[in-house]
Amino acid sequence: MSKEKDNWPLWEVFIQSKRGLEHKHVGSLHAADPRMAIENARDVYTRRQEGNSIWVVLAEHMHASRPEDAESFYDPADDKVYRHPTFYTMPEGAKYI
Amino acid sequence: MTDQEALHTYALRLADDLLILSHRLGEWCGHGPVLEEDIALTNRALDHLGEARNLLTYAGQVEGKGRDEDDLAYLRKEREYLNVKLVEQENGDYAHTIARSFLFDAYHLPLMEAMLKSKDEQLAAIAGKAVKEATYHLRHSSDWMIRFGDGTDESHQRAQRALNELWTFTGELFVSDEVTSKLVEMGVAPDLGAVKAAFDRTVNEVLAEATLSRPEDGYMATGGRQGMHTERMGFILTEMQYMQRAYPGAEW
Repeated sequence: MSKEKDNWPLWEVFIQSKRGLEHKHVGSLHAADPRMAIENARDVYTRRQEGNSIWVVLAEHMHASRPEDAESFYDPADDKVYRHPTFYTMPEGAKYI
Repeated sequence: MTDQEALHTYALRLADDLLILSHRLGEWCGHGPVLEEDIALTNRALDHLGEARNLLTYAGQVEGKGRDEDDLAYLRKEREYLNVKLVEQENGDYAHTIARSFLFDAYHLPLMEAMLKSKDEQLAAIAGKAVKEATYHLRHSSDWMIRFGDGTDESHQRAQRALNELWTFTGELFVSDEVTSKLVEMGVAPDLGAVKAAFDRTVNEVLAEATLSRPEDGYMATGGRQGMHTERMGFILTEMQYMQRAYPGAEW
């Protein structure tokens, strides 16, 4: 059993707390296949009414940006305040924009 | 036997199956084969315990002697417990634990579904809550029976051995007696014949998919419903009742 168990792949779990809201990453777990992953997610992550929908994704299918790219990725946005809607003043009299 | 006595006995039988199975599953807490299953089993143990509490409380009310759920759960003697022998069997390996739950779930779900129509409002309400939980329990135990049976040679062997060992305890689930016939007549308890038909369907379907063979019906152990238990029951009660016996009335 222990050898088999070590072979179970890792899954990332996303839970939707309410209909209409986004699925949020809540953690990960091991399971042999999608059905088991969803059942395990149900037992591990929804015991306290946290959700009403579960997504699971094989962790190996997740790709992430690299920490060493952070400077070139995110710092350039620092001085571009005009990208925020609050940068612009509302024309007088405009109620809905 | 009065109607009231029959109902009290019947509620206790339902409750004790769940109470004792819950205790057995609770023994896995912290010892599960993987973390996810550890949590799944303790979730299930708590589901069973919650249902048992409702039934014990109701059994106490029907009896009318002022006994509450704790008195009934912790202060009866072995011969006064009315659970089937199936649920008191030891956990064994994981296939054995799963097979025991699978056989119980295959009986419990159709029983609860039929009890939704009980003329006893309290039992119907308890069934209403139990059906959803029992549906998940059966799904979980069926999935594992299939994984074990249709898995490796070793898992197949272990699952088959568990079924062979436990099969002798399945007959008792469907034995009718004075208590059940009286309540079936009153429309309070489901007819066990229909429950048995559903049990057979589930077992046959799941075992076929699991490539496991259904054991032959041979000698069937009975007596649990009358309070005659296997030698394992005393050990369960010793542990389960310890706190209440050592510190009577203790609360926390």
